[in-house]
Amino acid sequence: MLTIDQATYDAIVAHAKRDHPDEACGVVAGPEGSDRPERFVEMVNAAGSPTFYEFDSTDLFQLYKEMDANDEEPVIVYHSHTATEAYPSRTDIGLASEPNAHYVLVGTRDHGNNDGPVEFRSYRIVDGEVTEEEVAVVPTLTPATTEPATTESEV
Amino acid sequence: MAIEVRIPTILRTYTGGEKAVSAEGTTLTGLIDDLEANHPGLKDRLLDGPDLRRFVNVYINDEDVRFIGGLEAELTDGDQVVVLPAVAGG
Repeated sequence: MLTIDQATYDAIVAHAKRDHPDEACGVVAGPEGSDRPERFVEMVNAAGSPTFYEFDSTDLFQLYKEMDANDEEPVIVYHSHTATEAYPSRTDIGLASEPNAHYVLVGTRDHGNNDGPVEFRSYRIVDGEVTEEEVAVVPTLTPATTEPATTESEV
Repeated sequence: MAIEVRIPTILRTYTGGEKAVSAEGTTLTGLIDDLEANHPGLKDRLLDGPDLRRFVNVYINDEDVRFIGGLEAELTDGDQVVVLPAVAGG
């Protein structure tokens, strides 16, 4: 399951709507091994295309250098599909190279640049195999510590 | 002469999980052959026939090798090589 906070969710959707009809792309980085998407990083689609996306190679290098320096990894790799279902294409599957990442697909075909619901779906893509997972949007991510929360009542 | 090569997650199966390995070579081609000798299978993941794979990026000291001679790019002792798969799709 992907757990994402509302602000990050909204930022991804806003980016996808803004770049429609071209595909939008980016990552949400988080501490290595934490599975916490904390740092939203919008990337430029160097392909500038409605059917393809690719991070610019220099931007990609800078991003990974930054993540390396911060002990982060890409927790989410997102991109949009602007005319088709928000499901990984054959190209997406063939090029997926982050087995630990949640691959988020946003579908903007219904409302384009305008307000209105989008498809927002998440997948694991490992060794060419796609597994869709549930997306939980929470107001904010719970604190990173593993200390038991003493002030919150149990539900 | 030693050159540090940073290996992306997806290719660490070839390096026993190591994030970085040491290799030798005076050109990128030579370096890749040396990598292959110690980590069999890696070369095929980097090259498509005689060329660098379209969706594999290799950087020497922060520069994409496509701008500095490709596989003929020269290396010297102490250089750092980074391999990153493209983040791309359709």
